[in-house]
Amino acid sequence: MRILLVEDDRETASYLIKALREAGHVPDHAADGEEGGFLVDSNKYDVIVVDRMLPKKDGLTLVEETRRKGNDTPVLILSALGQVDDRVTGLRAGGDDYLAKPYAFSELLARIEVLARRRKPGEAETVLKVGDLELDRLSHLVRRGDVNIPLQPREFRLLEYLMKHAGQVVTRTMLLENVWDYHFDPQTNVIDVHISRLRSKIDKGFAEPLLHTVRGAGYMVRDGVR
Amino acid sequence: MTAFGKVVRTTAFKLSAVYFFVFTMFAVVFVGWITRETDSFLTQQVRDTIEAEIGVLADEGLRSGLTGIVAAIEQRSRIPGASLYVVTDSKGRVVAGNVTEVPPALLKMSGLDPVTVPYKRLEGEAAHHIAMVQVLPLPNNFRMLVGRDISEIERIRDVVGRATIGAVGLLILLALISWFFVSRRVLKRIDSVTATSRRIMAGDLSGRLEVTPAGDEFDRLAENLNTMLDRIEHLMHGLKDVSDNIAHDLKTPLTRLRTRVETTLAGPERTETYRAALEATIEESDQLIRTFNALLMIARVEAGSPDGAIGPIDISDITAEVVEFYEPVAEEAGVALTLTQDAALPMEGSRELISQALANLLDNAIKYVKSGDHPPAAPTVAVEARRVGEEIVVSVADNGPGIPAQERTRVLQRFVRLEKSRSQPGSGLGLSLVDAVARLHHGTVAMSDAGPGLVVTLRFPVQT
Repeated sequence: MRILLVEDDRETASYLIKALREAGHVPDHAADGEEGGFLVDSNKYDVIVVDRMLPKKDGLTLVEETRRKGNDTPVLILSALGQVDDRVTGLRAGGDDYLAKPYAFSELLARIEVLARRRKPGEAETVLKVGDLELDRLSHLVRRGDVNIPLQPREFRLLEYLMKHAGQVVTRTMLLENVWDYHFDPQTNVIDVHISRLRSKIDKGFAEPLLHTVRGAGYMVRDGVR
Repeated sequence: MTAFGKVVRTTAFKLSAVYFFVFTMFAVVFVGWITRETDSFLTQQVRDTIEAEIGVLADEGLRSGLTGIVAAIEQRSRIPGASLYVVTDSKGRVVAGNVTEVPPALLKMSGLDPVTVPYKRLEGEAAHHIAMVQVLPLPNNFRMLVGRDISEIERIRDVVGRATIGAVGLLILLALISWFFVSRRVLKRIDSVTATSRRIMAGDLSGRLEVTPAGDEFDRLAENLNTMLDRIEHLMHGLKDVSDNIAHDLKTPLTRLRTRVETTLAGPERTETYRAALEATIEESDQLIRTFNALLMIARVEAGSPDGAIGPIDISDITAEVVEFYEPVAEEAGVALTLTQDAALPMEGSRELISQALANLLDNAIKYVKSGDHPPAAPTVAVEARRVGEEIVVSVADNGPGIPAQERTRVLQRFVRLEKSRSQPGSGLGLSLVDAVARLHHGTVAMSDAGPGLVVTLRFPVQT
């Protein structure tokens, strides 16, 4: 994936560029808002990662200008400000996701991959399938093979989100934000408990586990055969 | 500025000057009015008297002619009193009367209205008297003057004039006295306010303005300023506590982190050792970030409403969601989590912040219900949300060991963790955030004994 990183801190940038390359992506780097704007206009990216405070041109202005030109490349805004209202301004400016500094690289990578995937067509599938697990978004029914699996509404949404991003790492924070719409950090590992409960419903008694824990990063629903 | 200039610029002086001016004007107008009324009343009386005498003399003239009038006047002139009479013949010589000198022109005029003239009663008298007289023509070119001495009225005028001066003088005195008192009392109090605020500005936040038992405007002002100072002092203490605690709670893990990296680097170069140290470092820095975020969050909430976050919310939805969120955690911990609440509890607020506050309370309750020496046989956490009058009351009660009464307010402060909870993970900031969130919504948080256990009660006023 082609990724543009607009970040003024050289050290952070070089570390991120290296890590993104290792993860199999093709990153470009811009050190300020103007250079970022130039690169956005002259290249086609899958995801743009923009720091909010940049020299020469502020990150939010860059995003607004990009959107005004009709460019709808997914944008992830990075910021040292992490409060709900800052997030709201960031998203209102045209950002697709918002990540507060300091963040774990695994979190950034997971979000970049989910953002890039979001653009691909066929998103409106009514039935999500992973291996022999099926989730019907209209009838709200979940079945694995021949077995119907009854789920609580929230468990359904949790599984739906994981299956929508099947094959991708989904972090705990992403689950909190997208399934529960909470932007705070619960002190206890609440998400882990929800996941283990879901796992006991969809994986227990089946030979092939589908819901995997990605160490140090989060979770992934994946058909083990692939 | 000169001392006089200083006095002139004081409010007390200006007020006294205004009082003095207004009262003087009032007194002058009042006294003037009384003088005028008295004067016209007395003048009218004199006129009436003159008219009556002329009437009597005219009757006499009708009865016995000119000689009768002259005889009557001669007789009347001998009676001492204020009445004046003169009769002159056709040559202007005085025939009878008790006046020696009148302006000669006077006797030539005639009119219906009495006029005021100077006269002398006795030969050789130094000063002129003042009289009101009327001149009437008699047969044979004789003329008659009838009048009345009015020096009495003049004397009354003098008395009134002196009284006016006296009254104005008294008013000046009163103004000076009131100025003295106002400046003594009011200025003194204002000066004490100034002095106290100077002391406070210099850094002594414990200073308070004096409140007298008088209960006047100054006391109300002082009370309000004192309340404001209490609040400022509270905030300053909070700030000081925070910096002390940041120093402790952030520096300690930072030191630990640094020491770990340093000793690992100094030790043998083994990949496993390095990996373990790095993983521990990441974990430690994540905890530091969490603490830092929590601190920023509290500061942000305490500073006031975060824009965009406040809107119409339903507490019953929020509690249902948070309880559902924690339900698996409670189940795993073997704690029964129950929710009892009214169907709809609408109010204005921040869903995110109240959710977080409730999450913190549930987290604590589930964590601590089984702590202590005698954990309950059936650990329970009960959440209740109800509308009581004009308030929405949300309570989280557990049947665990509770918190001793004397420590309950302390745990709302930042970083305070009771000794027995030090081993549990947590930043010690959870309850201070709850407190800040409650205050942002103009509500309160209180802790009480659930017998056994702890009840934390949040009260939010419902704005109308």
